[in-house]
Amino acid sequence: MNFIEMITNAGGGHLLANAPALVVAIPLIAGAVAVVLGHGKLAWVWSVLIALVTFGFSLILLQSVLGGETITYAMGNWPAPLGITYHIDALNALLISLVSAMALLALLYGWPMVEREIDPKKHAMFFGTFLLCVGGLIGVAIAGDAFNVFVFLEVSSISTYVLVAMGAQKNRQALTASFNYLILGTIGATFFVIGVGLLYMATGTLNMADISRILADSEGNRVVRAAFAFIVIGLGLKTAMFPLHTWLPNAYTFSPSMIGVFLASTATKVAFYILIRFLFSVFHAGASFETAMFDFVLAPMAMVAMIVCSVQASFQSDVRRLLAYSSVAQVGYMLLGLSLGTAAGLAAGLLHMFNHALMKGALFMAVGLAGLGLGITRVNELRGLGKTMPLVAAGLTVAGLSLIGVPLTAGFISKYYLVIAVLERGWWWAVVAIVVSSVLAIFYVGRMIEAMYLQNPPTPSAAHESDPPIQVRSPVLSMAALYVLVIGSVWFFFDPSLPKGLADTAAGLLIGGGGL
Amino acid sequence: MVDFIVGHFNYWVIITLMMTGLYVIISTGNLVKKLVGLGVFQTSVFQLYITLSKVAGGRPPIFDKLPGYGTETKYGAAVDPLLGVIYSNPLPHVLILTAIVVGVSTLAVGLALVVRIREAYGSIEGDDIDEAEYKIEIASS
Amino acid sequence: MGLDVSFDIFIVIDLIIMSMLLVVGIALVRLNNLFAVVMLYGVYSLLAAIWFVSLDAVDVAFTEAAVGAGISTVLMLGAMLLTSREAKPTPALRRWLSLGVVGVTGMALFYATFDMPNFGDANSPANSYVGLQYMYDTITEVGVPNVVTAILASYRAFDTFGEVVVVLTAGLGVMLILGIGTTRTRDGESPQSGDETTQSAPPVTTVLATENHHIVLQVVAKILIPIIVLYALYVQFHGDYGPGGGFQAGVIFASAVILYSLIFGMDETRRAIPAKVVQFGTALGVLIFGGLGLVTIAMGGKFLDYDVLTAADPILGQHVGILIIEVGVLVTVASVMLSIYYGFAGRYRELKDQDW
Repeated sequence: MNFIEMITNAGGGHLLANAPALVVAIPLIAGAVAVVLGHGKLAWVWSVLIALVTFGFSLILLQSVLGGETITYAMGNWPAPLGITYHIDALNALLISLVSAMALLALLYGWPMVEREIDPKKHAMFFGTFLLCVGGLIGVAIAGDAFNVFVFLEVSSISTYVLVAMGAQKNRQALTASFNYLILGTIGATFFVIGVGLLYMATGTLNMADISRILADSEGNRVVRAAFAFIVIGLGLKTAMFPLHTWLPNAYTFSPSMIGVFLASTATKVAFYILIRFLFSVFHAGASFETAMFDFVLAPMAMVAMIVCSVQASFQSDVRRLLAYSSVAQVGYMLLGLSLGTAAGLAAGLLHMFNHALMKGALFMAVGLAGLGLGITRVNELRGLGKTMPLVAAGLTVAGLSLIGVPLTAGFISKYYLVIAVLERGWWWAVVAIVVSSVLAIFYVGRMIEAMYLQNPPTPSAAHESDPPIQVRSPVLSMAALYVLVIGSVWFFFDPSLPKGLADTAAGLLIGGGGL
Repeated sequence: MVDFIVGHFNYWVIITLMMTGLYVIISTGNLVKKLVGLGVFQTSVFQLYITLSKVAGGRPPIFDKLPGYGTETKYGAAVDPLLGVIYSNPLPHVLILTAIVVGVSTLAVGLALVVRIREAYGSIEGDDIDEAEYKIEIASS
Repeated sequence: MGLDVSFDIFIVIDLIIMSMLLVVGIALVRLNNLFAVVMLYGVYSLLAAIWFVSLDAVDVAFTEAAVGAGISTVLMLGAMLLTSREAKPTPALRRWLSLGVVGVTGMALFYATFDMPNFGDANSPANSYVGLQYMYDTITEVGVPNVVTAILASYRAFDTFGEVVVVLTAGLGVMLILGIGTTRTRDGESPQSGDETTQSAPPVTTVLATENHHIVLQVVAKILIPIIVLYALYVQFHGDYGPGGGFQAGVIFASAVILYSLIFGMDETRRAIPAKVVQFGTALGVLIFGGLGLVTIAMGGKFLDYDVLTAADPILGQHVGILIIEVGVLVTVASVMLSIYYGFAGRYRELKDQDW
């Protein structure tokens, strides 16, 4: 606590000037502190506090870049390209706010689940690892140095593997899910490192703005093209870009409930962000190989993901796996927006990223609550939830409708802008894909809604013949966290100005001058 | 032409080594061997960076100089360290130091998972594990 | 560019090492005996380390030897002993599919080599821009003769901070996944079936029993361990002047403790360094490193800006800063290596001499 006092004494302005470093350093240092807080609940309270502080710092940063300004922060006061710099603009300020807000909500939501799913002796280390994951994700989002991106990508990835594996107490498949994620994630990270190495070979620098400047002055050569391919594949693995998504469904399904919520709403988003950063800021949209990749690889793959993974989602009997496949399909929407290569398309993709974080977070929360209260893991077990847990069922329904893209929900807004952007490019077949995918979403979300409201609740003896009936619990904080996201999913239909404005500003920066 | 081959030969060898590692990761079903493959893949990427940093006729980027900022050196003569001596590029070395440590961290977590998987499934072959889960899935539905 | 004669000799050495690496790589693919595979991995890392020396990357070589050939191989051996010793051969279909993937990836890289600079080119972008700038600036700005240390601990100290956090994450991960070995029983969920290694007795924390015939080992170890620790300290504090630093020293320090536990048993080691202390140490290093960052902010600088540490003399500030963060690195790396070892050792079945 001494440090905090010292910092406060050092003066507010100075503190704010250092916000870019603190927003990353505080969760990382606090993660280390959490390890030595032996008591589980204490570690949780500490984590909530830190998430709150981190969220505060991200809002400060968001506030200062709302008008399209950019902040550059030099670590250790070493100027780029010698030192590592942080770079904050509308795009990553939106993202770090999203990550820290979701961390806070996931923590508020998660205590009852953690209490039940994780061995009490491991609580302190569990929350420590969670904070490290949050710090890592934020670090990836605001890094302005290509190799620093890798380091923080690994901080977040390794902690994610561990957190996913903690689901092993519920189901041993968490172990294999985590292992597969580790192998594919590390292949992805190594591909990224190869790409960064090739970029360094071609430009002699690691600072992303510097690389961008040098690449703009030079004719692209083979090394740069190969670097591009390796970075796209490496980050594609982390983004769960079809067909590199095979790690995702099991990782989301078998992770502890709280981690499922956090991952579904942040991990692939951060990877998606850094992909955008490289595609548009470091490399230059409009280079011939990049346009070709957008038109002939990214866009078709995005559409295949939207349809194939929606079909797969429809056939899942496990609710969380259904949602996970739906996530891969939704990543397809974001990638489709990106692959248009226009400001409108990019803005739509970013807006969908934001909205999807809200609704998928809410869906995983609702499912987790149903699991906590009634032990539900399968779609057919949801039957009668409208009667047994009406609030949870209502939240699940609203978020589900947003996933489909029904008017009056935020999901409608982002799909609307996506369709407009697609039509601007004249890609009518992409509109067909969006419609087909949405119809499939009606089907898989409909299955859940139908079970919840049109079927009767099971009599306890039928559902769990041997077990005593589980007491229905709805912890207040968890419900509150769920409803923040549910209300958000509706609110941003009526007033999408904040995310839309930021997405437009960000897309303008990216398409316009590279944005670095 | 000879210059080109001599100057690019080690890239080709390193690429072959990288692909050897990648092949082991993808092809084998054994979880420990997969991690060995990952190690070989990463070590080969380190070689790519380090080979890049070599300057012909260079020496390791460490000055023969005491840590003062005056002009005294170990040998008592005032020598500009940048005069007459060629040093190799230090930056890739730093990056790879970081990457090595990141690599061993991943490996440790991976091996810990393998040990637990072995305890849970009695096997570390991916195919056996998939089969075991598939049987359970069939039995439950 | 012209190649001078002394450089040609290095090319011959490089060629020899490269061909050895290739042989080991191919053998790794073809072998299914895990013991052989893991040992070959150690050989591969050592060869890479030797090559790094020839390529002037002495710090990297040191780390690769200690971490890649040392710790990684030991961990793999440990995991192999806990699991099984033989891998199943790959089915033909998967072999061809993998070969396809690898072929495409390799071709992409091969294609890129045609625009790559020549090996050893001093004028390549990589060797003439930022990398060269460090060589010019280090003495006046940081004042440390080992430029690698200067970059690692000052210019790019934030990367190193992230790296220490990665190490902490790994330590936490192993402790969360395996436990720190304070309990002797396996988790309840594990069905005990399969090949020879599982039907053994419950895991015993003593790896090698302190039997009489280890008396020679014990005496030798008692002499060796202080020397190893001393060497670790030398590596730690000599990192400014020569190859070395917190990472290498941490690994060496941990290996001294591991040697102690191999000779005197895990129980004895746990009494000497309790698991709680190790767990605290993993966090402490990150706190020292990150704490210094917060202090520099509190003193009016940027995160990890050592210049502000001493008002009058920035170079002295740099020295102090580097010293402190290297200690942070040492503490976390050594503790995490130990926590990982404790985690694995807590699950070892008893190893009898005839098993080797």
